[in-house]
Amino acid sequence: MKTNVKITVNGTVYEREIEPRMLLVYFLREELHLTGTHIGCDTSSCGACTVHLDGKALKSCSMLAVQANGMSVTTIEGMANGEMHPLQKGFHEEHGLQCGFCTPGMIMTAADLLASNPNPTEHEIRESLEGNLCRCTGYHNIVKSIQHAAKEMQS
Amino acid sequence: MIPSQIAYQKPESLEEALNCVGDLGDMCKILAGGHSLIPVMKLRLADPENLVDITGIPGLKEISDAGDSISIGACATHADIANSRPIHSAAPMVSKAASMIGDIQVRNFGTIGGSIAHADPSADWPAVLLAADASINMQSRSGSRSVKASEFFLGLFMTALQTGEIITSIDIPKSAANANSNYEKFAQPASRFALVGCAVAADNSGDALADVRVAFNGVSATPFRDGGVESALTGSGLNDESISAACGVAADGVDVMSDHFASSAYRKSMAAVFAKRALKGLS
Ligand SMILES: Cc1cc2nc3c(=O)[nH]c(=O)nc-3n(C[C@H](O)[C@H](O)[C@H](O)COP(=O)(O)OP(=O)(O)OC[C@H]3O[C@@H](n4cnc5c(N)ncnc54)[C@H](O)[C@@H]3O)c2cc1C
Ligand code: FES
Ligand code: FES
Repeated sequence: MKTNVKITVNGTVYEREIEPRMLLVYFLREELHLTGTHIGCDTSSCGACTVHLDGKALKSCSMLAVQANGMSVTTIEGMANGEMHPLQKGFHEEHGLQCGFCTPGMIMTAADLLASNPNPTEHEIRESLEGNLCRCTGYHNIVKSIQHAAKEMQS
Repeated sequence: MIPSQIAYQKPESLEEALNCVGDLGDMCKILAGGHSLIPVMKLRLADPENLVDITGIPGLKEISDAGDSISIGACATHADIANSRPIHSAAPMVSKAASMIGDIQVRNFGTIGGSIAHADPSADWPAVLLAADASINMQSRSGSRSVKASEFFLGLFMTALQTGEIITSIDIPKSAANANSNYEKFAQPASRFALVGCAVAADNSGDALADVRVAFNGVSATPFRDGGVESALTGSGLNDESISAACGVAADGVDVMSDHFASSAYRKSMAAVFAKRALKGLS
């Protein structure tokens, strides 16, 4: 029993016929081939699958694609706009990634934080990453990368 | 992990939704944020044939001032609640608990109605709603009813909610006690669920404490008000001695949970520690 969905992803409207049980993360990765959104745990714990739904950070393994029908999704592929997003630059400058598996999720969560709190303290940054795990344990540089981006976005 | 096949519908009005869940009965599950239901469907611990998504119903997300109470729509997210100024002034423990749930991503989409319907013993809302003396408003196609939090939470994942009913809103009374309230939790470090959570509210505007309410989640299978701690504090002043004495009896006589995160003896002693912290935050 398939159903039609119309979901805007990174500004492009996609219409697809899908099974209602399809998770949003599989819709992005397997229907749209946007594989920048990773699946780390598949149990809502690691945050590697974080995207924005109508501007808010969401673990896309924890929502069905049909729930996003009519809404707008931003993935890591939608962050650069001709040039890298300040967060992408921050991770580059401050060595915020090692294997890079957690990075898309870290950047999407940090973008949600900076939208509501443009000048976060180090503590606030660390708290905001509660739902994102880095198996390489590079948290220290991840925090510095986000601070770097916050500074650039304010200037 | 992929859930079983399901049919999905998203009604556009409460009436349509009530008819859907009324017709489908046990063959459907209500879907709000999905942050409890989708994970259990992925594990195939829940296998509903139909999902009725209630997030398209107008008004169900609203937070409004109803005069002598604050009304929180069932589909208000934890983030909506954490950011609401009227809630913060009427009952600071409600804002604080909302801001401590899970992580940013979970708070953005998980709803208060979904959390209390799910009734996880380690969830944060139950103790807070008990201490706030909140009412839970439910509707079915044959009518509506309102139940006090103390009559809503019945046990492990068990509530007074019946098949065919949708929680529409939660009322938080405006009272001197709720305006002087606090929540503290000992979060399980990975999930942030409460190993122990304690919500307290007390009217301290007179000579002595009155209308004292102390409630726990995470401690036993059913969240509960702790009558022992409450009566020890009632009529006394709020100071280190009275708090220590009252917390000495925390969770006495309660069947305390034990699991691989915390034994029952440890949980019980943490109940006293977190009750103390919560009470010290009152003015
Ligand atoms: C990683 C992670 C961490 C979390 N950490 C915490 C935490 O620290 N503390 C905490 O308290 N919770 C935590 N949660 C749970 C979270 O708060 C859930 O969002 C919440 O429990 C369920 O809300 P929902 O809107 O997602 O409900 P759903 O998953 O959509 O539904 C849950 C249940 O409620 C029913 N339901 C939903 N809405 C209604 C309604 N209006 N009327 C009747 N029935 C309804 C559904 O049928 C289902 O049975 C966590 C979840 C995750 C994934
Ligand atoms: S894959 Fe979604 S949280 Fe880990
Ligand atoms: S950089 Fe490897 S998981 Fe974070």
